[in-house]
Amino acid sequence: MVKAIEATGIPVVHICTVVPISLTVGANRIVPAIAIPYPLGNPALKEDEEKRLRRSIVEKALEALQTEVTEQTVFDRK
Amino acid sequence: MSKFKVVHYINQFFAGIGGEEKADIRPELRDGVVGPGMALNAAFAGEAEVVATIICGDSYFNENLEEAKAEILEMIKKHNPDMFVAGPAFNAGRYGTACGTICKIVQETLNIPVLTAMYIENPGADMYKKDLYIVETANSAADMRKAVPAMGKMALKLLKNEAIGTPAEDGYIERGIRRNLFVDKIGAERAVEMMVAKLSGNAFVTEYPMPVFDNVVPGKAIKDLSKAKIALVTSGGVVPKGNPDRIEASSASKYGRYDITGVADLTAATYETAHGGYDPTYCNNDSDRVLPVDVLRDMEKEGKIGELYKYFYTTTGNGTSVKNSKQFADTFAQELVADKVDAVILTST
Repeated sequence: MVKAIEATGIPVVHICTVVPISLTVGANRIVPAIAIPYPLGNPALKEDEEKRLRRSIVEKALEALQTEVTEQTVFDRK
Repeated sequence: MSKFKVVHYINQFFAGIGGEEKADIRPELRDGVVGPGMALNAAFAGEAEVVATIICGDSYFNENLEEAKAEILEMIKKHNPDMFVAGPAFNAGRYGTACGTICKIVQETLNIPVLTAMYIENPGADMYKKDLYIVETANSAADMRKAVPAMGKMALKLLKNEAIGTPAEDGYIERGIRRNLFVDKIGAERAVEMMVAKLSGNAFVTEYPMPVFDNVVPGKAIKDLSKAKIALVTSGGVVPKGNPDRIEASSASKYGRYDITGVADLTAATYETAHGGYDPTYCNNDSDRVLPVDVLRDMEKEGKIGELYKYFYTTTGNGTSVKNSKQFADTFAQELVADKVDAVILTST
């Protein structure tokens, strides 16, 4: 889906837990997520902390979307 | 025993009639062999014989599909053959499509074995490899000397109803058929052997080849985030509670598009996941963990992003074929383009 969307020229950032799959599939902007059942969360955290974590991932994703890339790039947080 | 009767199909080029300028010629039936049919006859080694050859222009066939199919089918019927062979088409797209199309219709209507041959990237291969045996050739007619004998061998196997081996053994394009078989060694032993071979740099053959993926050019970066329209897409199966469109838990045949106008937070009461490939507890309690609507709404309010697109698109990614996923996204990407979405955040579990 990443590629079919990006084929239209719209940039796509893939937030995913299993980065190697994303690399194999061919996403160009990749942001690693937390875990398979909760890529953008962590039930062990308090609600506000969890939301801050989620926000940091989304901000990283938006940063990736504002970055020109010429090849597959993984944007790690921190 | 008498020889098997074979009808052969070729295009205008291999019949020696002409190239592109003759690609619009109508189907023509000739007795005996024409062009590559001669080598095919030789490969049959007296067990089968090309009794007639049908020649058709590649453009004519593809532009007048229904008519051409009907005409050619009639010509084949006249000879009441034991088998129909088309090509080899190598990497000629229209020829390959024609070979595949006509083979499929012959197989279905006349119920006789059919065979064609082409290069693996010929569009005809992708279209028909599931339906037909397609002998794999190189990408140009320079391969004729190898391609035709391989076709002859395979054709005789089909005519004599002999067991067909694996694609690698018999040189045809993989059809996506899995067959159970007994082997001496258990899976663990075979896996370790492959691993050892891989580590020592030796050749090994996987028992489960992965589909081939091709890459796309990265989209241009967003210039002004505060004006950007961002859309959310997920393979994590987030759906409105109750899964109104009944998206399958795995091997999805469809995707969902849901309006999130006015939705600031995905809660346990309103959203859940349809995905059958991971523990749904965390997503069912708070679907923002998979689809970050809450955070993006906040950022929209703060003016960090221009706007969160009013729909999100969702499917379940587990076991869903590359073909289906691509088809889903090809379809909804058009809506994203039409609605001037600037960027997409796609989340996967």
